[in-house]
Amino acid sequence: MLVEAVGHTYRRGDGPVLNDVSFQVHPGEVLALIGRSGCGKSTLLHVLAGLARSTNGRVEIDGALVQGPSLRSVMMFQAPSLYPWMTVAQNAALGLRFSRRHAEIAARVPEVLRLVELEAYAGRNVQDLSGGQQQRVALARSLAPKPDLLLLDEPFSALDAFTRRSLQRDVRAIGAELGLTIVLVTHDIAEAVQMADRALFMTAHPGRIAADSEINLGDARDGASPEFRAEVARLNALYAEIAEVEAPSDPIHPIPLATKLKEASS
Amino acid sequence: MAVQGGYGGLGWLPRFRGLFSALIGVLGLLMVWWLGGMAVASSPNMFAFADFAPAPTFSRLWVMLESGEALAMTGPSLYRVGMGLFAAIIVGVPVGILIGRSPAMREITNIPFQFLRMISPLSWMPIAVMAFATWDGAIIFLIAVAAVWPIMFATAAGLRRIDPSWLKVARDLGARPLHLLWVVILPAISIDILTGVRLALGVAWVILVPAEYLGVTSGLGYAINDARDTLEYDRLAATVVIIGVIGFCLDYLCMAAIQRLNWVREDG
Repeated sequence: MLVEAVGHTYRRGDGPVLNDVSFQVHPGEVLALIGRSGCGKSTLLHVLAGLARSTNGRVEIDGALVQGPSLRSVMMFQAPSLYPWMTVAQNAALGLRFSRRHAEIAARVPEVLRLVELEAYAGRNVQDLSGGQQQRVALARSLAPKPDLLLLDEPFSALDAFTRRSLQRDVRAIGAELGLTIVLVTHDIAEAVQMADRALFMTAHPGRIAADSEINLGDARDGASPEFRAEVARLNALYAEIAEVEAPSDPIHPIPLATKLKEASS
Repeated sequence: MAVQGGYGGLGWLPRFRGLFSALIGVLGLLMVWWLGGMAVASSPNMFAFADFAPAPTFSRLWVMLESGEALAMTGPSLYRVGMGLFAAIIVGVPVGILIGRSPAMREITNIPFQFLRMISPLSWMPIAVMAFATWDGAIIFLIAVAAVWPIMFATAAGLRRIDPSWLKVARDLGARPLHLLWVVILPAISIDILTGVRLALGVAWVILVPAEYLGVTSGLGYAINDARDTLEYDRLAATVVIIGVIGFCLDYLCMAAIQRLNWVREDG
């Protein structure tokens, strides 16, 4: 995927939300977009998904210009946003149903439910499921149409720490198994280190990319290992450096997690 | 467990409580009716109306059920209410979705709709009679005019139930506008539409009887008028019972449908 000079200004905003954002994502890569709230990372993700049109610049997936939502790229949000009057299987089948690929539903839905370990819940109403299970259904729903690109908009931030970690691991593993390209928006550096191959740091006013760093860990990522901790520390330091450049009066601190979580739950 | 033991020998009572309460209510109503009948029969001014009492009413009702008269008078009425409700749904649901989705539409239509809503549907009667070729058409129109408002406003209110992210997710998954309508919007607000239909049914059933005083020679309203003219008060009272029972049953069906379609979990 190629993102070239993307800029965006909301009609009623005071200035550009995104300014001249350019980067490239390689097939099969997991890219984390890190930044505090208001830096435009979520807007950028909507532009990548084709859900919002940027004021200028272009986004290409495999050479094809993104002009609207397409099943080549599917987005997952903070809330699972499942349809509560449908079963798990009906929710998972929606992408195929909307694109009139009804014939694939019978084989594909059990397949994706198995991937997210919910095959036993196929006939259950989604309201019977826990928050983590619901987010797994949303993942299955995203995977069912066989997208090449998965866009994750802080999809685990409303979950408890334990559920969050297991989903982070599983999404990375599933992505690797299916050869998916993943773009993950997050405010949590540990999450980026857990899931991504590369991290882009964004700063706000206007939103732009301030740093680009590979995450040098293999596929076995143990949150307790010294290598993992070292990587988190390195990226935290990198972010602190950027944040200082961005706003010299700001004390050096990690991204304010507490405010972000409050925002997520409201 | 100690608390449950407090019921003592009547531990089975709570299970049948609903049934008991209903039975007591119905018996109470019959009692009031019976006392009223006694009072009427013993009054020198009103004894001519003694056939309104429960005993003559139910014996006449039995005759009417056996002869098929009850069915014959009910059929046309159900047809008119059904058609009127159908027309109200066809108009009310789309307009309700439109006002619910667009704040501009809501603001523009608010005063005209509130104005029209407050006009008694029966005041359209002369216009309906002129505008429609058949009496049936006029009656169906009056019922539709009465029934459209609850359906429209309940539908509009139901749209607030729709989580905007449902629409965003659907759009991301390639939903076209018709998909949004049929797969997301209508299922999400189906309970609200049905609640509107239930209210509308109540209004329609009330409007039906006076509307059937018009021109037609069939239906429950006509039967009431006819029984009055022929001084058959037992037939009149039996018709009133039929109207009440059918209205009750229709309302019950609506409620059952709402419960079936309801996807909102109370404990969720």
